[in-house]
Amino acid sequence: MGLAATLRAQGGVPCRPWARHPVSPGQWSALGAEAGLALVALWGDALSVHALWRDAEAMLAVSVPVADGRYPALSPHRPGAVLFERALRDLWGHAAEGAVDDRAWLDHGAWEVATPLVARPPLRADAPAEGHVGSPGELDQVPVGPLAGGIAEAGQFRLFVRGGRIARVQARLGWLHKGVPALMRGKSPRAASRFAARLAGDAPVAHGIAFARAAEAAGDTPPPPRALALRAAIAEAERMAMHLADIAALAGAAGAPLVAAHCQMHREALLRAGARAFGHRLMMDVVVPGGLATDIAPEGVEALHEAAAALVRDLAELGGLCAPLLRRLEGVGAVPPALAAALAAGGPAGRACGAAGDLRRGPGYRPYDDLNVAPVREAAGDAAARLLVWLAESRDSARMLRTVLAELPAGEIVATLPMVTGEGFGWAEGPRGGIWTWLRLEGGQIASVFQRDPGWLHLPLLEGAARGADLADWPLVRASFGISHAGMDL
Amino acid sequence: MTDDHAPSPLRRVWRNLRSRPAAVPMALVDTAAARDLAARLEAAGIRRLGRGLSLHALDPGSCGGCELELRMLDSVVYDLARFGLRFVDSPRQAEVLLVTGPVTRALQAALLAAWEAAPDPKFVIAIGDCAIDGGVFKGSYAVAGGVDSTLPVDFVVRGCPPPPEEVLEGLLLLLDGGI
Repeated sequence: MGLAATLRAQGGVPCRPWARHPVSPGQWSALGAEAGLALVALWGDALSVHALWRDAEAMLAVSVPVADGRYPALSPHRPGAVLFERALRDLWGHAAEGAVDDRAWLDHGAWEVATPLVARPPLRADAPAEGHVGSPGELDQVPVGPLAGGIAEAGQFRLFVRGGRIARVQARLGWLHKGVPALMRGKSPRAASRFAARLAGDAPVAHGIAFARAAEAAGDTPPPPRALALRAAIAEAERMAMHLADIAALAGAAGAPLVAAHCQMHREALLRAGARAFGHRLMMDVVVPGGLATDIAPEGVEALHEAAAALVRDLAELGGLCAPLLRRLEGVGAVPPALAAALAAGGPAGRACGAAGDLRRGPGYRPYDDLNVAPVREAAGDAAARLLVWLAESRDSARMLRTVLAELPAGEIVATLPMVTGEGFGWAEGPRGGIWTWLRLEGGQIASVFQRDPGWLHLPLLEGAARGADLADWPLVRASFGISHAGMDL
Repeated sequence: MTDDHAPSPLRRVWRNLRSRPAAVPMALVDTAAARDLAARLEAAGIRRLGRGLSLHALDPGSCGGCELELRMLDSVVYDLARFGLRFVDSPRQAEVLLVTGPVTRALQAALLAAWEAAPDPKFVIAIGDCAIDGGVFKGSYAVAGGVDSTLPVDFVVRGCPPPPEEVLEGLLLLLDGGI
């Protein structure tokens, strides 16, 4: 029996739906080296560091105590742990012992305080280590960002180039860090859900759902069936709209304006339908802990239905228009299979590498158990594969949206959450991948919270995929991943 | 990808000739946001900038929601070219800076540098509630405040995020010299 199974058999700190298991530093490191486990998230607290693992059977949450400001690093075995460890040190001052990379990530030396999440953050004594390392040698450097032109989120990339090909990409994010975990503290889940929805503008619904589910788990109060059904409907509408935006951006970068135009028209129709259904084009703040803030407007059902149907009618033509684009994207930004396996990233980018990860197909995520989510998968791992996944998922989302709207249960849309002390995990499959939220409530208020955007695992995937690419293809590689910088920057 | 049902290029041309434009019809709508903008323009004494405006988007801290709506504004649906409006990739070519989001402390210097790179006369539009005063992120250790914490702001478009139509109304008002 592996360590993960042994731990699961033991009790732990109460947390729903899975207990959180305190482990020794030795066990913590052993889990890091155990085969068959994938790292989902790594985040901090005042006195411990938490990790969420996944294996073929289930999830496993563990916590290691922080002693003298240190805990054992996972990054020597887990490439996906690097960014989490760097962020952890910036926010909490917890240092990962033996980490492969100990540079600052979120902290650019611009805040007045250091380690802002500790109880009394000290005033900054010195600026953190410079964000870029590595001598360029005979490589040329192309800096991009942080304000990079176009209509794009702030982020910095340094491209190291040899003979017109990208030898290495170094991403530097954290520019958009707004201190969301600190802003959410001390607030009720209802008040904090406004922040959850604004962590990443690409997935206000999915982040809202993951956060609401975590609060509902902590308070052990499920939302009413009508709210669950409507959440699924708007999550699928959000997915279609975001996939269309991502396809349009990729097509725009690749010089396929007709594809972009088709996608933008359908996206606009979906956003307008969202506005008619819930009064907001991106449907921000519709999801609240306990259920929904407002019920769907009667004409909104028809509007969403029609927008989805119009997309399905056009998908065959869109697929035809995409044929030359797909040929252009073949082999562009292919993820090395070993890296894809090591990160097990999920989301469209992960599913384009042949991985199965889709949280909607997992257990305990109503109402998706009844919706037969299609197992969309592509093997090539290149930009063309990611485009194919977006197209196939848009069709499946339209189907599910219409199924859910046709069978909306009647009844309440919100349940009252008790003012309790407790811990919970929530998750949702957002347009760009799986979103995980953990939170701890004390007396009904948020004491600690972490929102894991899919970007945490997709950024290392992007860095790996860009290696060896033509410098001129960088915009295509980047657009084909669709990473929310704000979601990662917290 | 199957393209069995895709129309032939000729059929597509024929269909496009018969169909109406994809761009939404545009009229200045008398919304509260537009009235607010008009008042601010009056106060700023802005009259006429000519027949076209070049726009540059800057994100010094947004969640990305405003960017998504600005990308829709820059799409076939709103067809900015018919108004003489276009997005440019560098602040050096821009007359109007559309600034989204609160200003994070990390991006203050970059925002200021972008503003300094834009030639005079230039106008700064704060897009969205966060850009006006920091919005929900006001008071965070990592946030300097709204756009006016770092740059002189000529006017604002409210909303979280403001729909493309309302940003467009603001730009048209600017183009017409305030009403």
